Amino acid sequence: MSSNYEDRDSGFGLEREYERAMPGRGQRRMQRRKICRFCMDKVDLIDFKDVRLLQSYVPERGKILPRRISGMCASHQRMLAEAIKRARNIALLPYAAD
Amino acid sequence: MADKRIYEVVFIVNPDADDNEVMRLSEAVQKIATSQGGSITKTEVMGRRQLAYEINQKRDGTYVLLEVEGSGAEIAELERRMRVNDQILRYMTIRVDEDRRRADKLKSRRARKAAKQPSATKARGNSSESEADLEEGYAA
Repeated sequence: MSSNYEDRDSGFGLEREYERAMPGRGQRRMQRRKICRFCMDKVDLIDFKDVRLLQSYVPERGKILPRRISGMCASHQRMLAEAIKRARNIALLPYAAD
Repeated sequence: MADKRIYEVVFIVNPDADDNEVMRLSEAVQKIATSQGGSITKTEVMGRRQLAYEINQKRDGTYVLLEVEGSGAEIAELERRMRVNDQILRYMTIRVDEDRRRADKLKSRRARKAAKQPSATKARGNSSESEADLEEGYAA
């Protein structure tokens, strides 16, 4: 089983496909042990101007972290993604950084 | 409910303009908004920042934030003027009233729920386990 994020135990990867063919074969189970940080802090609004907060979810290349890595809940991930895209629009965050 | 739409307008001014020019520009923009019937709720010169990428071959710029209250017509006019102006490198208008209203509603609903059950002790009980897991370095 090869995956791009080999040493990152995201708990997702290709087990889905394997499960379909051979149930129970995959070693890693879905570990959604992380709780959404924003849900914990009960944040309602993610401001696109808050670059420092947004930057923690945008690693070096500039891509937005996927949910399985950041552990966000769906609604906050959407809010976060929208805020990041707005920030990119006004050059507060880069689109792609090499 | 009054037609009270709240917009956030952010624009980037040419970095070569000095502070006075920035102030004058910002005031001119505000005047455009108020002349059309809107009202300015907040102004903030966010200062000179480095841009994440170059715009018109400029590496940094001065950010100005305005909060405008009014209907859409003022914003349309505002944007038209901003587009024409050469000193404004980029602008972005966002409508925020609905998001804020929703946030306030969630907050008040939560406050009401918390007030109903006097359970202040168990509020943060299960948050300890997640802190450690969140710091998982991701190098793309």
